[in-house]
Amino acid sequence: MGTQKKSFFVIPYLLWIALFVVAPMALIVYQSLFDITGHFTLGNYTDYLESATYLKMTFNSVWYAFLITMVTLVISYPTAYLLNQLKNKRLWLLLIILPTWINLLLKTYAFIGLFSQNGSVNDFLRFVGAGSHQILFTDFSFIFVASYIEIPFMILPIFNALDEINPSLVNASRDLGANTWQTFRRVIAPLTMPGVKSGFQAVFIPSLSLFMITRLIGGNRVITLGTAIEEHFLVTQNWGMGSTIGVILIIAMFVVMFLTRERKGKGGQSR
Amino acid sequence: MKSKLKLSNLYLTLVFVIIYLPIAYLIFYSFNTGDTMDRFTGFSMKHYATLLSDTRMISIVLNTVVIALLSALLATVIGTLGALWINQLKQRTMKNAVLSVNNVLMVSPDVIIGASFLILFSFLGFKLGFTSVLLSHIAFSIPIVVLMVLPKINEMPKTMLDAAYDLGATKWQTLSRVILPSITPGIFAGYFMAFTYSLDDFAVTFFVTGNGFSTLSIEIYSRARQGVDLEVNALSTLMFLVSLLLVVGYYLLEKYGHTRKINRNKMMKGPNAQ
Repeated sequence: MGTQKKSFFVIPYLLWIALFVVAPMALIVYQSLFDITGHFTLGNYTDYLESATYLKMTFNSVWYAFLITMVTLVISYPTAYLLNQLKNKRLWLLLIILPTWINLLLKTYAFIGLFSQNGSVNDFLRFVGAGSHQILFTDFSFIFVASYIEIPFMILPIFNALDEINPSLVNASRDLGANTWQTFRRVIAPLTMPGVKSGFQAVFIPSLSLFMITRLIGGNRVITLGTAIEEHFLVTQNWGMGSTIGVILIIAMFVVMFLTRERKGKGGQSR
Repeated sequence: MKSKLKLSNLYLTLVFVIIYLPIAYLIFYSFNTGDTMDRFTGFSMKHYATLLSDTRMISIVLNTVVIALLSALLATVIGTLGALWINQLKQRTMKNAVLSVNNVLMVSPDVIIGASFLILFSFLGFKLGFTSVLLSHIAFSIPIVVLMVLPKINEMPKTMLDAAYDLGATKWQTLSRVILPSITPGIFAGYFMAFTYSLDDFAVTFFVTGNGFSTLSIEIYSRARQGVDLEVNALSTLMFLVSLLLVVGYYLLEKYGHTRKINRNKMMKGPNAQ
């Protein structure tokens, strides 16, 4: 089928690969080798590796991403499990996914109102006699809002993994005398691991690179890799250092994908 | 058993409440007579009136919609051609390699996409603004279109193509009369996904938009940094309704695609039964 005519049609797609996939990735590595004055140097990398601030920032970013992923997992797994037992489970799942179609900025903005000094959450706390607290611009609010936004992306793959489990496997386990907990631990949990892994990927990587929520909700208390890149590019205009952190983020991404890769040849779908 | 059921229902209810509370909260306060999200002082539509008379906001909404419609359209065309090309690749390793390259932008963090596109545009000496945003949106939407269209091409029975060629159809006729109609649901799904990706994007746009051009996400961000503004609430109510319509549309489309497939299967089974 590969004739001249066919290759003419494919030009836009190949052009896209060259210009918007290969070139940008190459350029970000290239840019990371230049300092702020435009001189070719490995200085950005040595600066990064020698600076306690950068290393601490990276560690913090990974730590917070891990916390966010764990919070989402702990909330999502039971939700997916229970959803899977409902009658109209497809419809309920759609309702879980629906909020992801709402602009991210609007959801974040809602929390500015909810969490503010005189906001509804503080009103509620005062009402139950717990007094008002500073909620906005704390680590708690950052983790809460980030988890809120990522939850559907964790529920979806776990739900799909649960949905694919052959019910006769569960029945067999019951027939062989396993109780509910044993069935869960020995049958259901291992079979849903691929779903948990793709959920982990789908939440952890974006959490490393969050930058808008750190501003609006975290009040810049938490600097993630994403925030650092954004500041170097758009505020201090030090593109070299920004790209260096970008390369670090790409490496982190590959590490996460390697650690959560599927070991068997079985195909699971994420997102 | 009964108490367990109740507990699980309670848990699910709680999750749903938390998921929908912020959205309900935004919508509720959009009807406030006051100017804050603290105290509801009475029902009014005044924030909607402000929104509708805010020409800057309306032009930004139009920008956003134009970018979304155009970028989704172009991404769908390029992505569908790409999927057709990937499908006819003979070597498996080649196919997998192209698919991995295709998925790079799907897994890359937004910040990396934004920053690397910014470097690209400045490297090419491209002026930031409408075109750079449009190109970026096309670029990050193409892979999702490919992923939506490719399975539909694979689903297509090979015999149908052979039949078309046997009956004397040219390549172009086979493409337009046989292939495209049977992968239409995938193409529409790809267009929808690309459209919502574009509407939703903040990070990439934030990097590649210059000073003069703004989309809704960018505008909401800069307003939210200055504090609460109930005009944003009114806007979010309208946007929620639009998303709801989109989801319902998408859902119906999926159903329509599904029933079509069933009909096709029936048609194919028909002659065999005779």
